[in-house]
Amino acid sequence: MKKDLLLFTGFSTLVMLAPQLFSGGYLMNVLVFVGINTMLAIALNLLLGYAGQISLGHAGFFGLGAYLSGILTTTYSLNPWVAMPTAAIVVGFLAGIIGFPILKLKGHYLAMATLGLGIIIFIVFNETVELTGGPSGLSGIPNLKLAGISFDSDVKNYYLIWGFTLAVMLFSLNLSNSRIGRALRAVHDSEVAAQVLGVNARLLKVQIFALSAVISSLAGSLYAHTMTFVSPASFGFNFSIELLTMVVIGGLGSIYGSFLGAALLTLLPEFLRGANDYDIIIYGGLLMVMVMYMPGGLVRGIPALFRKIVVKGKAGNA
Amino acid sequence: MNFKVIHFIIAAVSLLFSANAFAAAPIKIGALFAVTGPAAFLGEPERNSAKMVIDEINKAGGVKGRKLELVVYDTAGDATKAVQLATKLIKDDKVVAIIGPSTTGETMAVIPVAEKEQIPLISCSAGSKITDPVKKWVFKTAQNDALAVGRIYEFLQKTKQTNVSILTVSDGFGASGREQLKNQAAKYGITIVSDDTYGPKDTDMTAQLTKIRGTHAQAIICWGTNPGPAVVAKNVRQLGIKTPLFMSHGVSSKKFIELAGEAAEGVRLPSGKVLVCDLLPNSESQKKSLMLFVKDYQKHYKAEGDHFGGHAWDAVMLLRNAIEQGADTPVAIRDQLEKTKNFCGIGGTFTYSPQDHAGLGKDAFVLVEIKNKDWVVVK
Repeated sequence: MKKDLLLFTGFSTLVMLAPQLFSGGYLMNVLVFVGINTMLAIALNLLLGYAGQISLGHAGFFGLGAYLSGILTTTYSLNPWVAMPTAAIVVGFLAGIIGFPILKLKGHYLAMATLGLGIIIFIVFNETVELTGGPSGLSGIPNLKLAGISFDSDVKNYYLIWGFTLAVMLFSLNLSNSRIGRALRAVHDSEVAAQVLGVNARLLKVQIFALSAVISSLAGSLYAHTMTFVSPASFGFNFSIELLTMVVIGGLGSIYGSFLGAALLTLLPEFLRGANDYDIIIYGGLLMVMVMYMPGGLVRGIPALFRKIVVKGKAGNA
Repeated sequence: MNFKVIHFIIAAVSLLFSANAFAAAPIKIGALFAVTGPAAFLGEPERNSAKMVIDEINKAGGVKGRKLELVVYDTAGDATKAVQLATKLIKDDKVVAIIGPSTTGETMAVIPVAEKEQIPLISCSAGSKITDPVKKWVFKTAQNDALAVGRIYEFLQKTKQTNVSILTVSDGFGASGREQLKNQAAKYGITIVSDDTYGPKDTDMTAQLTKIRGTHAQAIICWGTNPGPAVVAKNVRQLGIKTPLFMSHGVSSKKFIELAGEAAEGVRLPSGKVLVCDLLPNSESQKKSLMLFVKDYQKHYKAEGDHFGGHAWDAVMLLRNAIEQGADTPVAIRDQLEKTKNFCGIGGTFTYSPQDHAGLGKDAFVLVEIKNKDWVVVK
């Protein structure tokens, strides 16, 4: 327990000091997105890594949060700080209602149902032109303001987003170490066994599905208020798959793994940009290699690799 | 092993950049195009054209003795990426102006960045709301959808075909077209008797067309970009519908004729003048630019230049003209751009003013008909 706290404190300090290390420039902007994606990856990981329930529609919840925040603040000129929790509550409630029938399904069928859900949400964004602005998007969303400070620059947004991300991380770490976390893992391993031991598996699955949607919605709202613009293309099926890749590459069932996955998938394209048209090939190749040689994700693969190198080094010296 | 490869790439890239830094300071221009993804049919010719014209300018000795350097990033048609890359162009590459993005959605997303960082943005997308209302730092080269709709409606009014059915694609291009088709109908005395949409990836539109066949429409207007409209043209043939079919400028390239084959015959559409440049009279003020563009594009890429590439060509030339007037900072370039008068480009004749950052008049479009797999100007 103490070790966990130490790790988290160390991580937070590093996050808070990062702007001093990479002063200004474009990288700050990318790091803001690392924060948003970390939140999303954690949300999906709670569902997939802990409870073992797949979702291919999480970009939809992310989009709902973004659009609700956007519409409430532009069309209905609500305060962003009111719009954000409103969006989260609505999305959570919606996910709860949909979750009951959907989470009865298992395996491929659950994947298909959530896939369909994501696509339906995407179509709604596209087709309800009067409400969402349709395919060309919704602009003029206000920045968040707090005590006279408007979060309108990359550095300010960095602290805002990472403040939320760290809070979500702390909450999720606590959750995974609690009775609920253990119950989730039990459901993951065997639903029947968990039920025999007195876990209400069905309710628990719906609850974690709703929680996951709420975190995604929160990330969506923050995205909308930092970008000040939303369009459907950002919340399509591709993004759902990208989130899934982040969780799997980072490490299923690990909160820090979600951060590693999100950081890698957000930063890698930036570093590969120098390779011009070949970047996609290198990107795909690297992902394949990682899945092949680090099946447990980065969070388990990196220490293993490190140990291998150290052991080899020692053997070489002897 | 992988680490070695990565190190090698990083080293190679950083070498590249440092080599550039030592050369005589060129003027850096940024460009954001959707080279991959669903809007690649826009982004690819745009990137090719921009690269080509920058090459030609540099070969001729640059502008006022300074070379131009183009930094192109691929947005894949994604608004999030477009915003990130615009930030990168401004903060890391320190460009003096940005060309693009290719689609209206991306442009709307990038506008707040350009306005805040005070960098001139010359968009290559068509949506009317990009420059309406006028934004201080934002210009565009693509013709407004409103102009294309006006061209078709003018013709329909003249030929007294006032009952029309519209069939639009459900993406940014189609949505904007649909809005304009509906808004301008009354002005030209047109009645819209049916209003349907289709998905960007649909492969059969017989359902919508069967419904249209049941109406008393005198003309069908389809608003979309390849390949959807080609399917519509084929379906119209298959169903034996005799009602004249009109398309948007979104399909005004040889690609459409290739895709639709026989079914393309007789289809009419508004188009930038680039398609029919060799048919234009010599007195036409745009002819010189058009012939040069088509010739250069053929030489560089062994393909026919289309008006999408023309948007990027116009943007680069507008910047070049501004720089030639002595502007080399973002502020000066913006002020010079706004003073542009009667620049004969590919999209039309541009005249910007503080009240108009779109710069084109109705003469930017001609109505063409497809005959014997080629374009003919409709008089």
